[in-house]
Amino acid sequence: MGFKSSLSYNYDLAVILNFNFSNSKGFIMARLVVLGGGVSGHTAATFAREWLGKEHDVIVITPNSQWNWIPSNIWVGVGDMRKEDVVFDLAPVYSKAEIVYEQARALSIHPDGDENNPNPFVTVEYTNEERNGEKAEIEYDYLINATGPKLNFNATEGLGPDEGYTVSVCTEDHAVHASKELEKIIKKLKNGEKQKILVGTGHGTCTCQGAAFEYILNIESVLRRRGVRENAQIKWISNERFLGDFGVAGAHIKSRGYIIPSKIMTESLFVERGVDWIVGAHVNKIEAGSVHYELLDGTTGEEEFDFSMLLPPFCGVGLKAYSRTGEDITSRLFAPNGFLKVDANYTQKPFEEWDADDWPKTYQSPEYGNIFAVGIAFAPPHAISKPALSPSKTPISPAPPRTGMPSGIIGKAVAHSICDMINGKSDKPTHEASMAHMGSACIASTGSGFFSGTAMALTVYPIVPDYKRYPGTGRDLEYSFGEIGLAAHWVKHILHHLFLYKAKLKFGWTKIPE
Amino acid sequence: MKKIEQTIKPYDDKTFNTMLAGSYVQYMRSCLIWQFVRLIVINIKMLKVVVKSH
Repeated sequence: MGFKSSLSYNYDLAVILNFNFSNSKGFIMARLVVLGGGVSGHTAATFAREWLGKEHDVIVITPNSQWNWIPSNIWVGVGDMRKEDVVFDLAPVYSKAEIVYEQARALSIHPDGDENNPNPFVTVEYTNEERNGEKAEIEYDYLINATGPKLNFNATEGLGPDEGYTVSVCTEDHAVHASKELEKIIKKLKNGEKQKILVGTGHGTCTCQGAAFEYILNIESVLRRRGVRENAQIKWISNERFLGDFGVAGAHIKSRGYIIPSKIMTESLFVERGVDWIVGAHVNKIEAGSVHYELLDGTTGEEEFDFSMLLPPFCGVGLKAYSRTGEDITSRLFAPNGFLKVDANYTQKPFEEWDADDWPKTYQSPEYGNIFAVGIAFAPPHAISKPALSPSKTPISPAPPRTGMPSGIIGKAVAHSICDMINGKSDKPTHEASMAHMGSACIASTGSGFFSGTAMALTVYPIVPDYKRYPGTGRDLEYSFGEIGLAAHWVKHILHHLFLYKAKLKFGWTKIPE
Repeated sequence: MKKIEQTIKPYDDKTFNTMLAGSYVQYMRSCLIWQFVRLIVINIKMLKVVVKSH
């Protein structure tokens, strides 16, 4: 095993001359390896490249050849956008930025090296055509785990587009498939056939309810636009305790002198659009045309469908960790759910004792100071929404979302810390980005169209409610805002183009906030 | 457009017990002049949160 291809001059030369890459050898000052090229990993890698001198290497290892602006997948899933509109090739962008790009999936971390190699390294397996299946070791001085999640469709029997009966919009290809399946339903509706559409979460521990929320309302909008709405019965099913929880314990906004919970906003929109709902549901089995579920009150039920998009729960991608002697130390680095443990307080405690300070600030591994995790890849200390169990002890409550704006901000903060550490400014992380001290601005599309589209604009601060600082709602209402309308749809469209522009590292990209 | 009141079913847990946007609110959601104003407002509100979060 050893190093093979590279896009970097330093990297290639070092391979040829069989140089060691670590600081102490003096050839290359430092090497930052980023596992994953999604929103968080891409942000971390590109800013690190921007801030580090050319004597340092930045390497991105990701199994994908394309970058995907995931928030717009819902528009691909209803046929309002093409796949090409939400993706671009990573190789030319990284080549231009002088970031080494390895199209491979990470398999294991060896933070102390092994018996043959004293330097820390990761093992990878290539996924590109030329080297598909080939394994290699890549050394690092600093490592950012930004792998994102594994879409755990296996958690529920019959879930998912590959081996199950439901579609997904989690990836661009899933969204394309969903769009084709939806088109078949629309044809049947046009023929006057009644069709049942079911959208939501496919397990009691899912997150990212916002994506499913956008998808169901975009379907409703498309069916109205195509003149077939009357024949469709549209229903929502989710693990949220109440509609509008979204995995962040809901939100309160100030509007026209009232303090309005997101529950009211969401219920209002669903009733207005004729969408029925089931909440507090753990989907435990899916068959062709029907979903079986258990509710928080212990009752069980079955819901029939002709078309269903149910999100899967997330777990870690299955990275392993080994000591120098080959001992499996995965449980030291990773939480049981497969996400990397960072500087959070992982002490198990009841909801009433949860604290904003439980949430990580620097995202540094407590085991190894040169390993960090960003985006979905870091292990949260606990959920954000209040946990709930059914009488049979089935957990039915959302996992905490770590996508979108917080994901980018965390990636940038970690890149900043690592650059400062590499440049000798500090021997510990210099930047913090706690989700308990960070807000979020969300735009949830509820239908596209330049003049007919609508979306829900929602801002909250902080993301993790802090009931000590903000008794009652847990949030600062001066920064919490919500509105539904065409303008929010325009903002969503602007953000689509803006973030793709930024991710392509075009002129002025560093000035665009996450 | 169907009047929003027609979606309410008496004593139905869902439709009877939530706040609904009336025809005026629904009109304003797509009124171009008003939505241009709201575009500015939404951007300012979001920028406030973005600035506070960085």
